[in-house]
Amino acid sequence: MKHIVSIEDLNKKSIMDILKRANELLPVAKGNKKSKALDGKILATCFFEPSTRTKLSFESAMQRLGGSCIGFADPSATSHLKGETLTDAIRMVAGYSDAVILRHPREGAAKLASEVSEVPIINGGDGAGQHPTQTLLDLFTINNEIGKIEGLKVGMLGDLRYGRTVHSLSQALDRFNTKFFFISPKSLAMPEHVTDELDNPWSIHENLNEVLSDLDVLYVTRIQKERFPDLEDYKIVAGNYKIDLGVLKNAKPKMRILHPLPRVGEISTDVDNTKHAAYFRQAFNGIPVRMALLEKLIGGK
Amino acid sequence: MKNNLLRVQPIRNGTVIDHIKADRGKKILDILDLSRIGTTISLLINVQSKIQIRKDIIKIEDRELNEVEIEKLALLSPDVIVNIIRNYAVSEKKKIEIPSLITGLVQCPNENCICNNEKYVDSKFKLLNKETLQIQCTYCKRKIEEEDITFIY
Repeated sequence: MKHIVSIEDLNKKSIMDILKRANELLPVAKGNKKSKALDGKILATCFFEPSTRTKLSFESAMQRLGGSCIGFADPSATSHLKGETLTDAIRMVAGYSDAVILRHPREGAAKLASEVSEVPIINGGDGAGQHPTQTLLDLFTINNEIGKIEGLKVGMLGDLRYGRTVHSLSQALDRFNTKFFFISPKSLAMPEHVTDELDNPWSIHENLNEVLSDLDVLYVTRIQKERFPDLEDYKIVAGNYKIDLGVLKNAKPKMRILHPLPRVGEISTDVDNTKHAAYFRQAFNGIPVRMALLEKLIGGK
Repeated sequence: MKNNLLRVQPIRNGTVIDHIKADRGKKILDILDLSRIGTTISLLINVQSKIQIRKDIIKIEDRELNEVEIEKLALLSPDVIVNIIRNYAVSEKKKIEIPSLITGLVQCPNENCICNNEKYVDSKFKLLNKETLQIQCTYCKRKIEEEDITFIY
């Protein structure tokens, strides 16, 4: 494996290997154990659009492994690259580093970068396209919270139309005999190009209550105001899909709620202290998963 | 076959595109912009072929199709046969195969795809289904069906 452009690049075995290694790295990720696995190695973080969370978590992961980071985060810092093509920029950065994290507003940017780069490219999100490390940390979280990934009933709720995290996660979970429940307002329903590809059973719902008691995992995504021409419509929809203690009455005790964060009110803060809330642990999980990946790609493990 | 070729006067030099999917000939003329060449072109529509299936035929005088045009042809009508005619005889007979990777030929319909926004990058499509001609952008993964294919030139 050289580059990580899309979750499709990873088969079930490589996914499970990464999750296993991430588990072993937990003490290092938490700072309880030191690692020099990537001592002297340099990671370049090239963010052509801002994403503080992704950038910080990659930098943390690299430094926990004893490596160091260079890069840029601010789109204005890239203004000196204006006129320079992405492929030229990548060739240059590849010469300065041992691996490159690329975040870019256009779909397919990471794939293009991987065609010209001498060092591994890791896709840190390309437009509405792929964000494979998010998918890996979602899978890692499900595995650690529930104890397995195989054969679960997974609900996805919120903006399923534009939410790339739920598209990639569905794609990945489809290899694990998942039963899918897609819950959203009609206007934000899971697109056909995703459901057409699924081998496992799936169903579409407008009301969470219909299915909640069945679920092992509920993956909540943000419903963005900008998707609604009328602010009143947004308020109604946001209200209807809000998760609070009352809504969760019928949930299985072991059901876990995931959310890629940041949230803007989809999950009431009174849920945070329940055993259902896995989203903060999920955010932390970005570190061990990205460490496992960096170790594999740079350290050759 | 012989009769079909004779329905319109045989050509001395040029190209005969045979076994075009019925009713696809006109589209091929348009997309390859063949009328621009300026030589005589004949289009035969719904010709009865040996195996009782209707087909179209295009005869282009004094012009041999180039590689790019032939690749486009493959996407417009798979299984076409291109006959290069020299001095009234078929000098070359090419059965056209669709390449598994189609480079620099088809426009990606996704405006935000990197291949539409980066200089010096050719579009690249993977052939997913030889029968339905469904293709997929290797960059943004957008899939397109045959009827939605737009060519770059």
